[in-house]
Amino acid sequence: MTELTQLTIAEARQKLQSKEITSVELTDAYLSAIDSANEQLNAYVKVTHDKAREMAAASDAKLAKGEGGNLEGIPLGIKDLFATEGVHTQACSHILDKFEPKYESTVTKNLWDDGAVMLGKLNMDEFAMGSSNETSHYGAVTNPWRAKNSNESLVPGGSSGGSASAVSAHLCAGATATDTGGSIRQPAAFTGTVGIKPTYGRCSRWGTVAFASSLDQAGPIARDVRDAAIMLRSMASTDAKDTTCVDMPVPDYEAALGGSVKGMKIGIPKEYRMDGMPDDIEKLWQQGIAWLKDAGAEIVDISLPHTKYALPAYYIVAPAEASSNLARYDGVRYGLRVEGKNIEDMYEQTRAEGFGPEVRRRIMIGTYVLSAGYYDAYYIKAQKVRTLIKRDFENAFAQGIDTILTPATPSSAFAIGDKEMASDPVKMYLNDIFTVTVNMAGLPGIAVPAGLDEKGLPLGLQLIGKPFDEEGLFKTAHVIEQAAGRFTPDKWW
Amino acid sequence: MTAPELVDTRTPDAKRFIAGATGDWEIIIGLEVHAQVTSEAKLFSGASTEFGRAQNDNVSLVDAAMPGMLPVINEECVRQAVRTGLGLKAKINNRSIFDRKNYFYPDLPQGYQISQFKDPIVGEGTIIISVGPDKQGQFEDTEIGIERLHLEQDAGKSIHDQHPTLSYVDLNRSGVALMEIVSKPDMRSADEAKAYLTKLRTILRYLGTCDGNMDEGSMRADVNVSVRKPGGEFGTRCEIKNVNSIRFVGQAIEYEARRQIAIIEDGGVIDQETRLFDPNKGETRSMRSKEDAHDYRYFPDPDLLPLEFSQEYVDDLAKDLPELPDEKKDRLVNDLGLSVYDASILVTEQTIANFFEKVAEGRDGKLAANWIINDLLGALNKAGKEIEESPVSPEQLGAIISMIQDETISGKIAKELFEIVFNEGGDPAKIVEERGMKQVTDTGAIEAAVDEIIANNPEQVEKAKAKPQLAGWFVGQVMKATGGKANPQAVQKLVRAKLGVE
Repeated sequence: MTELTQLTIAEARQKLQSKEITSVELTDAYLSAIDSANEQLNAYVKVTHDKAREMAAASDAKLAKGEGGNLEGIPLGIKDLFATEGVHTQACSHILDKFEPKYESTVTKNLWDDGAVMLGKLNMDEFAMGSSNETSHYGAVTNPWRAKNSNESLVPGGSSGGSASAVSAHLCAGATATDTGGSIRQPAAFTGTVGIKPTYGRCSRWGTVAFASSLDQAGPIARDVRDAAIMLRSMASTDAKDTTCVDMPVPDYEAALGGSVKGMKIGIPKEYRMDGMPDDIEKLWQQGIAWLKDAGAEIVDISLPHTKYALPAYYIVAPAEASSNLARYDGVRYGLRVEGKNIEDMYEQTRAEGFGPEVRRRIMIGTYVLSAGYYDAYYIKAQKVRTLIKRDFENAFAQGIDTILTPATPSSAFAIGDKEMASDPVKMYLNDIFTVTVNMAGLPGIAVPAGLDEKGLPLGLQLIGKPFDEEGLFKTAHVIEQAAGRFTPDKWW
Repeated sequence: MTAPELVDTRTPDAKRFIAGATGDWEIIIGLEVHAQVTSEAKLFSGASTEFGRAQNDNVSLVDAAMPGMLPVINEECVRQAVRTGLGLKAKINNRSIFDRKNYFYPDLPQGYQISQFKDPIVGEGTIIISVGPDKQGQFEDTEIGIERLHLEQDAGKSIHDQHPTLSYVDLNRSGVALMEIVSKPDMRSADEAKAYLTKLRTILRYLGTCDGNMDEGSMRADVNVSVRKPGGEFGTRCEIKNVNSIRFVGQAIEYEARRQIAIIEDGGVIDQETRLFDPNKGETRSMRSKEDAHDYRYFPDPDLLPLEFSQEYVDDLAKDLPELPDEKKDRLVNDLGLSVYDASILVTEQTIANFFEKVAEGRDGKLAANWIINDLLGALNKAGKEIEESPVSPEQLGAIISMIQDETISGKIAKELFEIVFNEGGDPAKIVEERGMKQVTDTGAIEAAVDEIIANNPEQVEKAKAKPQLAGWFVGQVMKATGGKANPQAVQKLVRAKLGVE
C-alpha cells in the first residue's frame, strides 16, 4: 500500500492508464495513510472517505473504457478555502461552522472534470491569514519534517500548511492551495515540496473564499515540478463568472519541462540580500545561481529598488480588502450565530467569537486604514507603492531579464508555538518578505526545493516570471530540481 | 465624499421667498434620485428583477453573498445608464470605477454596497424644468444642473412586523441596479423640486431606462434642504431620506424649510442630519445626526475591473435615442403650430404624446390637441382611467376629427359622437350614418328653416337690422330647429343675407 502513495501524479497516471493499478486501490492507499497519520499531522480537517471511493470507482469505469481526463483517478487534497459542494467549506474558521456550500468552486470543478478524486479538505490558517498554520480553528498542522536529532514539532508554513504537510507526508498525490502573500510558496519551501502561484487571473477565484481579492490566486502544491505542471493545467481556466480571470488558452505546462535554459537571462535582485539573513539561505541562493549558470543561463545582477516597501504596503492592502471581504460573515444567513440583545449585539458577539485573534487583528488594521482621514495616508499610498513595485519588475523584464531567482523564505521551518513569532506579529509577517512582492505585482512565482539547511530542514528557491510565463518557470524550476534532487522527510508518524 | 463646491446658478426671486418673522427666506434644494434601472437581471448577478415575486425568490448565490461569490457586471444596466446620461445631456465617462461602500445591515448581505464614488459613469448634465401654468397660462422654464449619475446596487428589505421579536429579510431587491441621479442645489421652491422630479421621470420613461413607478419603489428621492437669507451664504442642509412620492417631496420641503427658519429665527442653528418624512403627520423627524454618520470606508472594489467602453459604443447609443420631451415639444410648437401650453401638456407622458401623434397624422394638429387635452383627457380623468386604458382609440378619435374637418358633422355633434364612442365603442363613421348625425348642408332645407324663423319673429328682425350682432339669435334658433345638424357657417351666411346685415 505504501508503495502506491510513493507514486508521483505522473507515475500514477501512467500506471492507471496501463491498468496496472486502479484508482480505488490508489485512493484506498491514501485514505489509510491519512487515517493513520492525521492524528499526528492534523493536515486534514475533513476526510471524505465515501466520496473519494465513489469518485475513484467512477474513474476506474472510465479508465476501463480507455477514457478519462488529464487527472483521471488521481487522489487530491483540497484546501478548505475552496467551495466543495455539500462538503465542509469553512476556511478553517469557527464563523463558518457547519457551512456546506451548494456550489463547487471553478478550480475544483475543473479538477473533477479532469477526473481527479477528492480525499478531503485540508487544514489552513483561518481565512488564509497566517504563515505557520497556527491560526486555524482546527488547530496547528505539524510539518512532517523534523530537525536532525530533534522531536520538536515544526510548523509547515502557511497559510496552505495542510496542503504542504499532506503532500510532503504522502497523504495525497497533490493538493490545491492559494497564495495571497506567499501562502503556497512559503509552505512548499518549509516542506520540501513544489508550489506555484500563477499569474493573477490565471485561475478563477469563483467559489474560493476571498481573503484579499486583488492578491488571491490559486495554485498547486505537488511533490515535483512535473506534478505541479500537470495540476496547474487542470486548475487554470477562463471563467465568465470571475471578471478578473483572463480569457487566454491554458498551455500544456508539462511540455515545457526538459527545455533548455541556455541563453536565458536570470536576474539576481540585490535588494533580496537582507541584513541578518542566515548563511544557509545565502549559500542556497549561490548554489541555485551556480546550477543555472552551469545549465547555460546568463546571470545578471538587477535592482528592484522598492522591494523594502512591499511588506508594509502588503499589510495595508491585504487587510483593507479582507476587512471588507469578511463583512459578510455576520451571523445573519449562514455559519455561526451568537444571539445578542439586538442586531448590533448579535453582530459583535458572533464576530468576536467566530474570528480568531489574527483575523480580528487584520480586520481591525484594514478597517483603520480605510477610515476617513487615514485612507490617503495608508491605502492610497500603499497602492502607489504597489504600482512602483510592479514597475520595478517591468523595468527588469524590459532590460531582457527572463526570470528572477531569489530565496523563497528567510529561514527554514520553525517550531510550533515559537515564542518570538507569537509575541510579535511583525516577525511572523517577515516570513513573506521574499514572496509578497510577487502578489503585489500579480506575477507568477514558483518555490522549488533546493537543499537542506544545517538542521537538516528543507529550503526552497523562488523563481519569478513575466506575466503568464508559467512555462518559463516550470522549465527553469525543473533544471534546479534536476540538479538539487528531491527531498522526502523520514517517516516518524 | 468631499462635496463638490456649491455654485449658485440662480438669481434670487421674491416670488419664491418664504416670509419669516425676521424677513424673507430662500429655500435651497438639491435632489438625489434613486431610479431602478429597467433590466431583466440584477446589476451583478443573473437573478431576475421581476416585481411582486414571492419573498426571496429572486436571489442568486451572489445576492445572498455566499462565500467566494463574485460580481459580474450586467451590460444591459451599463447601456441603460449611458442612455440615461445621454438623455440628460450629460458627459459620459468612458472609464468609471466601482467602489465598495461598507456598512453592516441585515438587508445588505455582502456588508458593502457596490456603488460608484469618485469616478461615476455619467458626469454633469442638465434638465429643463417647467413650473406652471400660472394664471396667464404661462410656464416658467428653468435649467437645473445634474451633478452626476452613478450605478449602484439596491439593498434588500427588512421586515419587522411578522414576528414579535425577530425581523425577517427579503433579498429580492438585493443587488437590483439603481441609477443615483444627483442634481446640483439649483432648486428654490417645492414646486421646482416637484417639477424636477416630474420631468426627470418623464425623461426616464421616454428613454425606457426606469419605469418611474414610485409606488413600487422604482423611484425614490433623497431631498437636501437648506434655507438662507435671499442671495446670502448657503445654510446647513438636512437630508430627508427616501421620499416615495412627488407630492410628499413637496410637503417635506415646505415643512422642513419652515422648521429650519423657525429654528434660526429663534437664535438656533441647524444640525446637519438625516431626517425622515412622515406622510401621516406631514412632518420630518431626525433619523441620525452628523456625529452618528457612518464612515463608509469607500475603496475600489477589487473584484471588478474599471468599467471601460469606447466612444463608438456611446455614439451608437446616442443614434438610437428616442425623441425626448423637450425636442418633441419644440417640434409640436414649430411644425404643428401648437401653443406652448398644449404642447407642454401633450409631452408630459410619452403615451399621451404617442396618442396625439397618431391622431394628428394627416389631420389638423391644433384640433387634435384640443380634442385630446379637453375631451379625451377630461373624460379619462372622470372615468379614473389612464391613457393606456382609453376606450377611444387614436383611430376612432382620428375618424371623429376627420369628419369635423370635412364637415360631415358639426363640432357640437362631434361631442355627442365622442361620448357615444367613449361609452359604447364602435366605428364613428358608421354611428354617424346609422344615427343620422350627419350635418345638414342642403341649403334648401336650411333656407326653409331660416325663412320660417324670420317670418315668425318680425320684432327680432327689426332689432337685428339695427344691431347686426343680434343676428346670432337667429342662427341659434335655426340650429335648434334643425336639431344641431345644420352647418353653422351655412346658417350664419343665410341669416345675414336674408336680414341684409353684414
